[in-house]
Amino acid sequence: MTTTDSREPAAARAGEVWKVYGTGEARVVALRGVSAEFERGRFTAIMGPSGSGKSTLMHCLAGLDTVDRGEVHVGGTKITGMGDKALTRLRRDRVGFIFQQFNLLPTLSAQENIRLPLDIAGRKPDPQWWDIVIDTVGLRDRLSHRPSQLSGGQQQRVACARALIGRPDVIFADEPTGNLDSRSGAEILSFLRASVREHNQTIVMVTHDPVAASYADRVVFLADGAIVDELTGPTPETVLDMMKRLDTHAEPVML
Amino acid sequence: MLRATLKSLLARKLRLILSGLAVVLGVMFVAGAFVVTDTLSKSFDSLFASAYSTTDVGVTAKPKVAVSEFEGEEVVTPLPASALAQVRGVPGVKSAAGLVDADGARVIGSDGKVLTSVGPPRIGSAWAGTDDLVQLREGRGPTADDEFVVNATVAKAAGIKVGDRVGVLTLEPKKEFKLVGIYGYSGDRDSLGGVQEVAFTEPVAQKLMLGQTGVYSSVRVQAEPGVTPEALRDRIAATLGDGYVTKTGDQLVADTSADLQAGLGFFTNILLGFAGVALFVGIFLILNTFSIIVAQRTRELALMRALGASRRQMIGSVLVEAVVIGLIASVLGLAAGVGVGALLAYLFNSFAGGGMQLGTVGVPLTAIISSFVVGVLVTVVAAVLPALRASRIAPVAAMQDVATPDRPLTKVSVAGGVVTAAGATGLGLGLFADMGDATLWTILAGVLVSFIGIALLTPLISRPVVSAIGRLFSWSLPGRLGRLNSGRNPRRTAITAAALMVGIALVTGVTVVMDSAKASLKAEAATILKAEVVISGDQNGPRPPTYDPAVLRDTAKIPGVRAVAGLWNDQVTINGENHYVNATDNLAGLKDAFGNTAVGTPSTLRDDQLAVSVPEAQDYGWQVGTKLTIQPARGDPREYTIAAVYPEDSLPGSYVLPVAAAKDFGITQPTMGFVRLADGYAVSQVLPQVKALLADSPEVSAQDAQAFVDEQAATFDTLITMIQILLALAILIAVLGVINTLALSVLERTRELGLLRAVGLGRAQTMRMVTVEAVVISVFGALLGVVVGAGMGTAVTRALKSDGITELVLPWERMGTYLVLAALVGVIAAVLPAIRAARLNVLGAIAHD
Ligand SMILES: Nc1ncnc2c1ncn2[C@@H]1O[C@H](COP(=O)(O)OP(=O)(O)O)[C@@H](O)[C@H]1O
Ligand SMILES: [Mg+2]
Repeated sequence: MTTTDSREPAAARAGEVWKVYGTGEARVVALRGVSAEFERGRFTAIMGPSGSGKSTLMHCLAGLDTVDRGEVHVGGTKITGMGDKALTRLRRDRVGFIFQQFNLLPTLSAQENIRLPLDIAGRKPDPQWWDIVIDTVGLRDRLSHRPSQLSGGQQQRVACARALIGRPDVIFADEPTGNLDSRSGAEILSFLRASVREHNQTIVMVTHDPVAASYADRVVFLADGAIVDELTGPTPETVLDMMKRLDTHAEPVML
Repeated sequence: MLRATLKSLLARKLRLILSGLAVVLGVMFVAGAFVVTDTLSKSFDSLFASAYSTTDVGVTAKPKVAVSEFEGEEVVTPLPASALAQVRGVPGVKSAAGLVDADGARVIGSDGKVLTSVGPPRIGSAWAGTDDLVQLREGRGPTADDEFVVNATVAKAAGIKVGDRVGVLTLEPKKEFKLVGIYGYSGDRDSLGGVQEVAFTEPVAQKLMLGQTGVYSSVRVQAEPGVTPEALRDRIAATLGDGYVTKTGDQLVADTSADLQAGLGFFTNILLGFAGVALFVGIFLILNTFSIIVAQRTRELALMRALGASRRQMIGSVLVEAVVIGLIASVLGLAAGVGVGALLAYLFNSFAGGGMQLGTVGVPLTAIISSFVVGVLVTVVAAVLPALRASRIAPVAAMQDVATPDRPLTKVSVAGGVVTAAGATGLGLGLFADMGDATLWTILAGVLVSFIGIALLTPLISRPVVSAIGRLFSWSLPGRLGRLNSGRNPRRTAITAAALMVGIALVTGVTVVMDSAKASLKAEAATILKAEVVISGDQNGPRPPTYDPAVLRDTAKIPGVRAVAGLWNDQVTINGENHYVNATDNLAGLKDAFGNTAVGTPSTLRDDQLAVSVPEAQDYGWQVGTKLTIQPARGDPREYTIAAVYPEDSLPGSYVLPVAAAKDFGITQPTMGFVRLADGYAVSQVLPQVKALLADSPEVSAQDAQAFVDEQAATFDTLITMIQILLALAILIAVLGVINTLALSVLERTRELGLLRAVGLGRAQTMRMVTVEAVVISVFGALLGVVVGAGMGTAVTRALKSDGITELVLPWERMGTYLVLAALVGVIAAVLPAIRAARLNVLGAIAHD
């Protein structure tokens, strides 16, 4: 029974966020006044053509990058203007990450990689939650393996487990299935969705794949640095439709 | 191909600078050695040219005992007034002046201490008035027997002024003189080459410096116009006959300068030693850098191979890179070497030489040639292995994502084992077999080869040891990550650590030998020295400290003193060979001081008798009753009969002569004294009184036997400290290696660092992680160094057993210190790479490919 309490802050929120790279000739406006809310316990996908600013938006939301104008909140906390120390702690304690590739430390075993954020913080995992996470990602018999001994899909599952283990306010995933075959990709997406449904996790996922986006509860469409539309309860077909429309819609803008 | 090589060189400036720095340092010392020698030689030449500017021909008497530069000072044989008269009678002589000057005039400063000298002599001379060279600055020349003048260097160092009464030690005990003048030299110089000079009236100078009046140390001759110095020299030599040395002014300049330059040889050798160590360690660094570069460029190199570059071209490209680095390092090293050489010449001049006018800095051709040869050669040698590795990269590697895995270590380890064994064999041969003149070189080569062998074995050892050391830091996550990182690349870790090993092994080895020698000395002294009080002093110049023999007589009268024996010593020739001999005024007392173990030795020696130690007598086939002809530094040869042959260590040294012989020694006063107490008396009752008697002999002091032995042993500590300073350089270079390795590791792991930072690793934690890696590598290197050094030190110590080093001391405390220092070194080396890692832009790092 999760009715959205209007006073409970969103897991992450961008308000009028601008991001500009470079100057002069090389000036690129990656985000032009993006405002978006990502509610708790929801799986949101950010979609858009390549170069539309998806990754930039995610990096700004996650405190990996600074914004030029506007504000970003994670939970109830305004992170815009925070120093490196505070941002590092925020990422460590309240944010989880899944990158497209190179997610794991080659020197550590799967188990150690999963525990990494907790170890950095000097915390112990909750054993019950640990078991749940490990069983969800199905890695129990692979825990002592090094990343080099795991397949790409397994590695990405380890990265998911790592993101989940600290029960962060929000998990950001940037094209988590981009490097995987469709079966491994589907596995990952299924338990990302499961962790939202069953454990009330909040996930924001960047993707350009309509099938991946259809696993989400809601899809936000980005084009040329601005949010142009959104969709709730997406299916691959509705997402593809929307994308097609955006492409034709975007063309005059691109001129 | 060449262009591609040069381009990639430029792209990696920083790490090449770091690795090239070792070569720069090495070349710097090589060039510096040549430059300082050349500069000082030229300066000496001009100094003596000035000092001998008024001398056409110089005459001295042949020394009775010829002594080499390293054995001490030659004693001036006086030249009788008759010889001076003879010279004056030689046709072509315009003027001949009898000069009196000899080393050994030691001024007691206003603080009551004797002026010391680190090299230049302390000359006492006869005042010959002012001339073009010598200029009075204040007061007048000495006219009475108790007056004297000093040069400005003495006046300044002693803190004395005209009118002061000043004590001077000469061949005779302390005498007081009134300072009536201070002089300098043309060109406003305080001294000629740092020489401390005092001048008395002629008879006083003759008495105090040469031992008798009416004699001279040399004759300075000026030729009449039209007579060449060479012709005049030959005429004078013919007139005087044998027994005299006659040289032209030019010869004197050349010979005196050459003598001093021979002394500089020692200096040069130290610098070249520095250079050798720096370059040896530098090879490890360069090898490591090139290996890493080749590994990082595997895909690039494979692409070149795929595009048709031959193996030979691959080797060539790496070697060209090495040559370029070697050339650059040589140029920089040469420039730095000129600077260092000039600086050293300046320092030498200011502190040891004093007031010499330095010539222009000389950069001899040898300096330039050797700089380039050494710099390029070392770099290229170090790059050969990486070049071969580059040539073995398969073209297909260009298409593969993963870097080619490290080849197994078996081959390297086998090679390492073989090389180590060869090195150890060389070391063993040098130490235990009789190799004659080749001994030193065999040992050095053995040490060097062993180092290389152990360095080859290091990767194998590194896995277990590094992980064991790392466990010490594993209590925190950054520590654990650091530990894991240090174990990732055994070869790289190993070579970095091996560079550190060399310096620390050398320090440890020397420390083991020194500490063992020290302990042996103490143990031996405790068993053989039975005197309760010892009179002795620090040797602070070319001649030993002395004291007034009257002290011996007065000490004997102190209640509670059972016996007191003074010791004189010098070099003499015995049957034509040079030997150190002792003389004593109280053989019975000396025997007592050494525990009365000199069995069969009489209690006194007649003036024509001597005692010889057993080994010496055996060597020469002498026995009691054998007659020996002894030529002391002064006077005529005399025949002595062996009165006793004493067991080794039952009396000091190998020869003991009666005190009467000492009046012809170069130094006619005693240098040491031994006091035995009567039963029932304590040292504290006697020592203060002996000290009081020595008030006028400031060069020596009296102390109890334990303090004396400790003081003797302390010289080893000074030596250890000096060697530690010398080898600190090797360690410094190794630190560059650690910095280099870490910087490269940080660079390689950019993405990992980004990931870690993204998931919440703080800046401080990141720095800790890098620091732990550095500390683990450093401690590993130090541990290896300590173990290898202790092993080598033990071997050397054992080999020296028959030479008197009977104890074996492993200096745990010092070795512990080296380990702690290594950890510190790691922390320091980590600073820059750690900051770099912590400053990394997280996003940029994740995107890094
Ligand atoms: N570090 C950067 N410097 C300059 N331009 C950048 C940088 N990062 C992204 N951009 C530009 O910003 C725009 C948005 O990029 P990005 O957020 O990566 O897009 P997406 O993830 O949707 O493909 C692109 O035009 C891209 O070229
Ligand atoms: Mg992107």
